[in-house]
Amino acid sequence: PAVIREHRDCRWYSVSHLSVKERIDKKRTAALVGGGQKRIDAQHKKGKLTARERVELLLDPESFVESDMFVEHRCSDFGMEQDRNKFPGDSVVTGRGRINGRLVYVFSQDFTVFGGSLSGAHAQKICKIMDQAMTVGAPVIGLNDSGGARIQEGVESLAGYADIFLRNVMASGVVPQISLIMGPCAGGAVYSPALTDFTFMVKDTSYLFITGPDVVKSVTNEDVTQEELGGAKTHTTVSGVAHHAFENDVEALLNVREFFNFLPLSNQDPAPMRECHDCSDRLVHSLDTIVPFETTKAYDMLDIIQTIVDESDFFEIMPSYAKNIVVGFARMNGRTVGIVGNQPKVASGCLDINSSVKGARFVRFCDAFNIPIITFVDVPGFLPGTAQEYGGIIRHGAKLLYAFAEATVPKITIITRKAYGGAYDVMSSKHLRGDVNYAWPTAEVAVMGAKGAVQIIFRGKENQAEAEAEYVEKFANPFPAAVRGFVDDIIEPSTTRKRICRDLEVLASKKQINPWKKHANIPL
Amino acid sequence: MAAHRVSPSLNRLLFAVKYASFQSGGCAVHCNAQYSTVHSPSEKTFDKILIANRGEIACRVMKTCHKMGIQTVAVHSDVDSSAVHVKMADEAVCVGPAPTSKSYLNMDAIMDAIRATGAQAVHPGYGFLSENKEFAKRLAAEGVAFIGPDTHAIMAMGDKIESKLIAKAANVNTIPGYDGVVKVWAHIQAFVLLLGYPVMIKASAGGGGKGMRIAWNAEETREGFRFSSQEAASSFGDDRLLIEKFIDNPRHIEIQVLADKHGNALWLNERECSIQRRNQKVVEEAPSTFLDPVTRRAMGEQAVQLAKAVQYSSAGTVEFLVDSKKNFYFLEMNTRLQVEHPITECITGLDLVEQMIRVAKGYQLQHKQEDIPINGWAIESRVYAEDPYKSFGLPSIGRLSKYQEPLNLSNVRVDSGIQEGSDISIYYDPMISKLVTYGATRAEALARMEDALDNYVIRGVTHNIPLLREIITHPRFISGDISTNFLPEVYPDGFKGHQLDLDTRRELLASAAALYITAQLRSQKVLGDLSPVECSRWELYVQLEDGSHSVEVTKSGNVEVDGGKVEVSGQWNLASPLLPLTINGTHRTLQCLSRDASGRILLQYLGTSFKVRVLSKLAAEFNSYMPEKVPEDTSSILRSPMPGTVVAVSVKPGDPVAEGQEICVIEAMKMQNSLTAVKQAKVKSVHCKPGETVGEGDLLVELE
Repeated sequence: PAVIREHRDCRWYSVSHLSVKERIDKKRTAALVGGGQKRIDAQHKKGKLTARERVELLLDPESFVESDMFVEHRCSDFGMEQDRNKFPGDSVVTGRGRINGRLVYVFSQDFTVFGGSLSGAHAQKICKIMDQAMTVGAPVIGLNDSGGARIQEGVESLAGYADIFLRNVMASGVVPQISLIMGPCAGGAVYSPALTDFTFMVKDTSYLFITGPDVVKSVTNEDVTQEELGGAKTHTTVSGVAHHAFENDVEALLNVREFFNFLPLSNQDPAPMRECHDCSDRLVHSLDTIVPFETTKAYDMLDIIQTIVDESDFFEIMPSYAKNIVVGFARMNGRTVGIVGNQPKVASGCLDINSSVKGARFVRFCDAFNIPIITFVDVPGFLPGTAQEYGGIIRHGAKLLYAFAEATVPKITIITRKAYGGAYDVMSSKHLRGDVNYAWPTAEVAVMGAKGAVQIIFRGKENQAEAEAEYVEKFANPFPAAVRGFVDDIIEPSTTRKRICRDLEVLASKKQINPWKKHANIPL
Repeated sequence: MAAHRVSPSLNRLLFAVKYASFQSGGCAVHCNAQYSTVHSPSEKTFDKILIANRGEIACRVMKTCHKMGIQTVAVHSDVDSSAVHVKMADEAVCVGPAPTSKSYLNMDAIMDAIRATGAQAVHPGYGFLSENKEFAKRLAAEGVAFIGPDTHAIMAMGDKIESKLIAKAANVNTIPGYDGVVKVWAHIQAFVLLLGYPVMIKASAGGGGKGMRIAWNAEETREGFRFSSQEAASSFGDDRLLIEKFIDNPRHIEIQVLADKHGNALWLNERECSIQRRNQKVVEEAPSTFLDPVTRRAMGEQAVQLAKAVQYSSAGTVEFLVDSKKNFYFLEMNTRLQVEHPITECITGLDLVEQMIRVAKGYQLQHKQEDIPINGWAIESRVYAEDPYKSFGLPSIGRLSKYQEPLNLSNVRVDSGIQEGSDISIYYDPMISKLVTYGATRAEALARMEDALDNYVIRGVTHNIPLLREIITHPRFISGDISTNFLPEVYPDGFKGHQLDLDTRRELLASAAALYITAQLRSQKVLGDLSPVECSRWELYVQLEDGSHSVEVTKSGNVEVDGGKVEVSGQWNLASPLLPLTINGTHRTLQCLSRDASGRILLQYLGTSFKVRVLSKLAAEFNSYMPEKVPEDTSSILRSPMPGTVVAVSVKPGDPVAEGQEICVIEAMKMQNSLTAVKQAKVKSVHCKPGETVGEGDLLVELE
């Protein structure tokens, strides 16, 4: 930053008078200020950091190794060939670096150069680091802040997008890909973040949409603001496009650093193990009383998750979307795990379209990157209603079922209370190759709740209350599942952490291979 | 753990093991209990006792029962069915739903429980039925022993006027005043002239400050007389008043007495209970710094005279007001075990519950007055689930998500009836525990209290530890210069938490920075990955509410805050809520309440929690570009989080609600979801009614 501040506009020089060394220095200096101090100030005024500042904060100090600083765009139309329209490095900063010592490739779009628009050169730079990331097996983090295609370049820019998309798809499931939207990202550009594993946004300064408010107005006559159409709130609560939103650039980058710690570098690496200060055999007494006596009373699944995982450190994914399911990353005895849990506090923890899709995508990420999955089950079933049926709950619910079934990573399931109907099967049941399935004493594995069951079995008969009591006695407990071996043990809730840690140690050597296929056909 | 396996009952065993595991030291259950733990087995008392109470006092009584080999029966409301006192008991009977009037005060149900379990005696604890003569009578009628005084003593001492008359007759100093009910204004006028101002007018049947007025002149007396009789009539259905001299700025000192059914009575020294808020005690100690042996003896002897005058048996407490000239006046007698009895047990070594049980069985007292010692000093802090920043404590409710008593420290006794995972509900007293420390000297007991408060881990509810710690470290408290007006005098503008000075601010900032660096370094310790660039010095900026401070940390633990050196070392366990540190050579235990990726750390330091934010120099520089955002206030609006049916609406417009209080219940998918207030406020409007169907996001209730 010091260099940036002292710099005076130095793009104006005559090539012939300078030695190569001087020219290198000049270009480097020019690259460091991107679009110039004025635009940097404008960026700051908007509450945004510059592309380079973002990289600096994201990576460990002095770890950034830049590539393609001398790349310039190749457009010669509309006066773009003039010197004043050439910026060394063009509108993106790319390279590699480290986060807490671990390798990562990164690109950061520079809004101060042509609004961060994507030129052929810009795309080529991104593709280069993505290829390198694939070669060595390291994650890619993209910091998006771009007005869109470089219109002056026309189809070259479109080709550039497609080149990136292809690489996003090829890298999918090979190295983790994270997108952090820190400014506009519109039109075709949105599909790169959409193809990556995680999309994070910055509140109030970032937007994602296919077409902006003006086009929307002219086509559908809807009045909508940028924020309403594609702001962080919309995408983290309504559309489910983004996985988390942060207050500002600094918070977002610091949180991505934290998030990165959970991820393996590639699908060839096991889930990372970090030094752990939390005893693996810690008993969690509060869990013995957490499930209320009344089966209709709610409790917070997050209370269970947070007390079980290491140091109560739980990085929740999509915390504001489809809140009836909780997903996120945590550690058990230092090892990264993926947590999936029904949330009884929201819509009774039922499965619906959104929660099924949210859960399925998370489970597949974990499976792709060797992250064990721990599932907490308290599910009364799938949500009934025309909205759900018309919306295709059958095919969306199947996604979650599919994801759990195909996953070959260690799978540990804890039934805390209800596990009713088809939803029981879905939630990482023994039948879907669950490795260890536990039931708490409060668990009830059944086709449905007692009242509904009795109404069907004893339709039109008297003594319904008596029959209901009998049904409760018979089925509203963990025994029917336990006697059939559908759960491996009925455990004291306070011992849950201890058991999971122990099981994970055993399951570290789990090997399971699905039948060969070109690729599976998940019901999309 | 083997040390705990003393009890034959499985329940008790589970309880003991469970309880013990809260403690890091693995020390036996309440091994620090500062009262006699020996019991002579030759003396047979009862086979089975029912404890007609809940919470810590029920647990306290059961501990002694277990020691004496007596079976215990717990009674409980439905919401208390997994409470500690229920688990601790050999048998438990549910006596009704949550509201106390339907459970713990439900005499019919409790009588049924006694019959069903065959309990031979009942210990009422304090509160609830402990001073209920009707209950005592019903027990007597069925031949069940009441572990407390006889009915006539309860009756005699239960009425303010009568008790004062009896006290006067027994040559106990009473506050000068009109003996008996005042009716005619002219009488009063003449009498007040004799007495001198200020005077206090209070309801004979009163309590809790209701129907009480202080008057400094004739006009105020006339008004007070009118208001008090109205208030007394409406509150107690009894408009009898009494009038007496008002003792300004008094101390509240009480004498513990113990009497048997054979006319023997002892005084077990005093308890100083002057630190109060809204007439409720907060910190108590025994002995008092204020009493000399002569006054103590005089008070003790008068207390015994009073006990004998009403043929008192069992443990009881005679409360006195003591003025600055050590004149003492009888206030009232509590005919039960007091909340603050543990400090008396600490300095005398007696187990008061054991003595009460013996006396109830008809045994004579084992001790003589000269056997009663004052050994050392004991302090009791009442740890409450309440927000001390609001009128020195407004109740808060919630679930104890993490709870760890400081029993790893020596000479600490914690009387509690809750455990990790317990709910502090609106139905009952929000007391979490009584934290008692003991020492050879007062200074020692106080130092331990400081340490114990710092090591007490309570998460999930707001608690009053910040206030307790400020009180016991306040110079006026340390010097013994206290009165019942201590809190309003010391904090005239309300309690604001610990105020940092230059040194303590530096210590706090240095600790936060060191914690931050510990977490940063730990993030790099990932198995199998490349080792990061070595760093041995960090430049940080730490923000506290008063601004940003530059902090430099070196790997060796040297920290420089705004240019001043601070040395910090300690065991850095990032999973532990406690941070035992040595800061500039002084041992201090801090608590990390929360920590996030953005560098925000909530630290409890000197009892008070402080919000700090630690940023690297670079992040701090960049942070200056970040715009300030005004958070949207959604706390005033309650919307339905899901579609469903409104089952109940618990508030109406104008009602005050506390944070966490239930506002309405929505049933969705046959699940009842309780919606609660996110802040303390008044209800502005209600937009739903029971039976109504609501959609997600529908406005239910607006708060002011």
